[in-house]
Amino acid sequence: MATDTDVLVVGGGSTGCGIARDLAMRGLEVTLVERGNLTDGTTGRMHGLLHSGGRYAVSDRASATECIEENEILREIAGHCVELTGGLFVQRPEDSDAYFEEKLEGCRACDIPARVLSGREAREVEPYLATDVKRAIEVPDGAVDPFRLCVANAIDARAHGARIETHAEVIDLLREGDDVYGVEVRHDSGPGTRVHRTPGSTEEITAEYVVNATGAWAGRIGAMADLDVEVRPSKGVMTIMNVRQVDTVINRCRPKGDADIIVPHETTAILGTTDEEVSDPDDYPEEEWEVDAMIDTLSELVPILTEARTIRSFWGVRPLYEPPERDTRDPTDITRDFFLLDHAERDGVAGITSIVGGKFTTYRAMAEEISDHVCEKLGVNASCATATEPLPGSENLEILEEGMDDFGLRSPIARRSKQRLGSRSREVLETDEANPVICACEGVTRAEVRDAVSQSGSDLNAVRIRTRASMGNCQGGFCCGPMANELHPKYDEPTARAALDELIQERWKGQRHALWGEQLSQAMLNYALFATTMNRDEDPADAAEPLEYAAFDHGGR
Amino acid sequence: MAIEDDVLVVGGGLAGATAALAAKDADPDARVRLVTYKQSTLRHASGLIDVLGYGPDGDGPLVDPFDALVNLPESHPYRRVGVDAVREALSFFDGVAGDAYAGNHTDRNALVPTAGGTVKPTARYPAATAAGLASDERDALFVGFETLPAFDAPRSASHLEAAGVPFSTRGETVSFPGIDRDDAKLVRYAHLLDEDERVRTSGRRMGARTALATAVDARLGEESRIGFPAVLGDERPAEVRSYLADALGVDVFEVPTGPPSLAGMRLEDVLFDALSDDGVRVTAGVPVIDYELVAGGASESDGDRIDHVVVDRHGSEIPHRADQYVLATGGLVGKGVKSDRDGVFEPIFDCHVPQADDRYDWFVDDVFGEQPYARFGLEPDRDLRPLDPNGEPEFSNLRAAGAVLGGYDFAAEKSGAGVSIATGYVAGTRAAEEVSR
Repeated sequence: MATDTDVLVVGGGSTGCGIARDLAMRGLEVTLVERGNLTDGTTGRMHGLLHSGGRYAVSDRASATECIEENEILREIAGHCVELTGGLFVQRPEDSDAYFEEKLEGCRACDIPARVLSGREAREVEPYLATDVKRAIEVPDGAVDPFRLCVANAIDARAHGARIETHAEVIDLLREGDDVYGVEVRHDSGPGTRVHRTPGSTEEITAEYVVNATGAWAGRIGAMADLDVEVRPSKGVMTIMNVRQVDTVINRCRPKGDADIIVPHETTAILGTTDEEVSDPDDYPEEEWEVDAMIDTLSELVPILTEARTIRSFWGVRPLYEPPERDTRDPTDITRDFFLLDHAERDGVAGITSIVGGKFTTYRAMAEEISDHVCEKLGVNASCATATEPLPGSENLEILEEGMDDFGLRSPIARRSKQRLGSRSREVLETDEANPVICACEGVTRAEVRDAVSQSGSDLNAVRIRTRASMGNCQGGFCCGPMANELHPKYDEPTARAALDELIQERWKGQRHALWGEQLSQAMLNYALFATTMNRDEDPADAAEPLEYAAFDHGGR
Repeated sequence: MAIEDDVLVVGGGLAGATAALAAKDADPDARVRLVTYKQSTLRHASGLIDVLGYGPDGDGPLVDPFDALVNLPESHPYRRVGVDAVREALSFFDGVAGDAYAGNHTDRNALVPTAGGTVKPTARYPAATAAGLASDERDALFVGFETLPAFDAPRSASHLEAAGVPFSTRGETVSFPGIDRDDAKLVRYAHLLDEDERVRTSGRRMGARTALATAVDARLGEESRIGFPAVLGDERPAEVRSYLADALGVDVFEVPTGPPSLAGMRLEDVLFDALSDDGVRVTAGVPVIDYELVAGGASESDGDRIDHVVVDRHGSEIPHRADQYVLATGGLVGKGVKSDRDGVFEPIFDCHVPQADDRYDWFVDDVFGEQPYARFGLEPDRDLRPLDPNGEPEFSNLRAAGAVLGGYDFAAEKSGAGVSIATGYVAGTRAAEEVSR
């Protein structure tokens, strides 16, 4: 099977989806392939900070300026993905005054609105800050849902004619002489949306141009066409708390270091992070000390974190890159800037560009620059519209919000559902059918789950990233089963069963790093519900041998 | 001064209630008190009384749970109390539960359909579940409600067929008459049926039971039994079932669902009614927060002797003194075993909990693998007295029962209720015997 497209984008993270949307809006025929779910690489494994630029205001003013510009754009075009929390750079007594002043000066130089708060004023904003906090700089940091933002880009790309293929792993770059002309992918199922137990296939997709937007995996893709892309993947841990101890982004105001940020994210707060180079972005140690460091170090800023409940931890891998001649040792010193590697210029191989480095907040600007480059290569004269065209869910948001009713839902559920769906709320939530809550922790109803299923096939992790179902306190103990129920009868029972088992294992993965206190009790409860009440671990339908029912108690019949 | 009893049981779940009842049964003159704090984990539980569904290597489902007990490791609570005691305890439970439970006509396990569509091996089952056994070859219709998303009847039915049950299954989804909010609580469904409240359905008003029967009758084919999620009555479940059975001309049963689990709550009611009937004093809603030793009461082999425990009653510390104590505060779920980043502990008496030092050794990567955390709990001697790290009893007059004990994985084995009953029975009986002595 072979198909053709103008531009083939490899990688379904923020960069890839951003490029797909940009190019599709410019009228090009785009195909995007992603080996897992959208966001599965680095995008879905970040702390959810929408940078004001404050973090880079001392070390990298160009990045800082770009951050504040993009921050303002995303508030407009992606209002339903962004929460305007504000942020504080907090100084403790032992933190340097000189650095504090530099930070303030840097913010001002980069046009980042910045205001100094006394320790007392900072604690009025965030009462759980340590009593000895000296002062703080207030900046317009925000929180962003990377899943929602990335999916919204993909939805809009599709609306503009793009083909988005998830669970489609590139197994070869097609190269003839000095020209890359496409890829070969392996579809886990289909092509089309993923459906468990449906046989997969391989497909050759030829393209006028290939964009390698696989971030930390860019070296691996490049190698398929004998291209060297020297990414230096660097891992970082993020630890999720069960509630928001803070409603403002809290940064430690000191030069650099592990465990210096807390981001309020939806119902949770996310602690981050570490920065350690790894050799393989798919296989690296996830270690206890990293989780402990988050809690112990950040409790210097917010002391109640030592007593608080964490629900899971996860690791992400930054796609750091620097030109070979720089040779920086410490990954924290590597620039966060992005690099467009035109392999025609660099390696004499035409038809492909790799994108490496960069950061989530500026994904749109990166996508614009890359799309400009692709258009130039293809001789297309079309300009970028992504800075002004709102994403699906964010159209006329303020006007819509006023006129929206609660769709028969109780207040917290209606509010949370509408926050997630934005201007899509009516289309998704207005239904004549019963619409019970499927995930009580996050307030997700059947209608929202079914909307996600309609986008993503039988993959419940894809439903999870779209809706947040199973991402709350119980980590799916109560809602994994009901989520799987929503797949049926659209998908048959064995398919729903396979999807359920996959979701249960995925939810367990991150909880392993939070197994003490309340969350260990929760884990035991979940285990008991799955194994004792449901006997999910010893399902006769999955057993090799048929069960001899006649040997058991038949109730005297 | 203190409140005086002979036997004091801490914990009001299945193990604690069984211990208190057994103590009273062993010595009707003994003063027995049960102190309970939070709602018990029975509210989460299926209400099934499993003894052993799977052996130590995951072999099973076991046809005869009693045969398999001797194969368990020495450290297993069942081996601590002995096979005979398990049988005795179970018939003691049969006496307490009476008509509310079935299954004691055979040693064989029953296979009960679960809400998810698997089957689960169990030794006893609520009467409400009896007509639903998977070894019964009559065809079954499962009926779910569109506002109760935890039980999807068509999917469960289809799953049961995949599990190879020896009958045809079919699932239908209906709307529950009288439920006008999508997020109504589970007990609301049960109360509509208990009270047979007047509800409006297709323009007419009628009792909720009639309305439900009418809605289901339209979907009924040749099946001779119908399974519902466990919402058929809270106060009068037998009456509700028999009404529906008569109206539909078929047997009616419940599929255990939850949490919250009405089947578990009904079991709790059975136990607390029995406690009240037997003259056990119940002090509910208060935690035991501390204890004091008898001064100079230590003997070398038996450990220290507890003089009294301290109960926190709305901020006042009330001493409760007894001759013998039973600790039945539950496991990780019931918070009889707690943990922090540094370790796992038993919060009232600080009894020794065997554990790996590093919390990353508390789990394995497969969610359903052999999970060390699932075995956390106290290690008891044959008299069910918790042992210290040297293998000596922590206290001479403290016994432990139920999920606070370690060394077994009730979720994998399907043994939670059985261990609670067996160890509760033995701990309560021994405590009372020691008082008499």
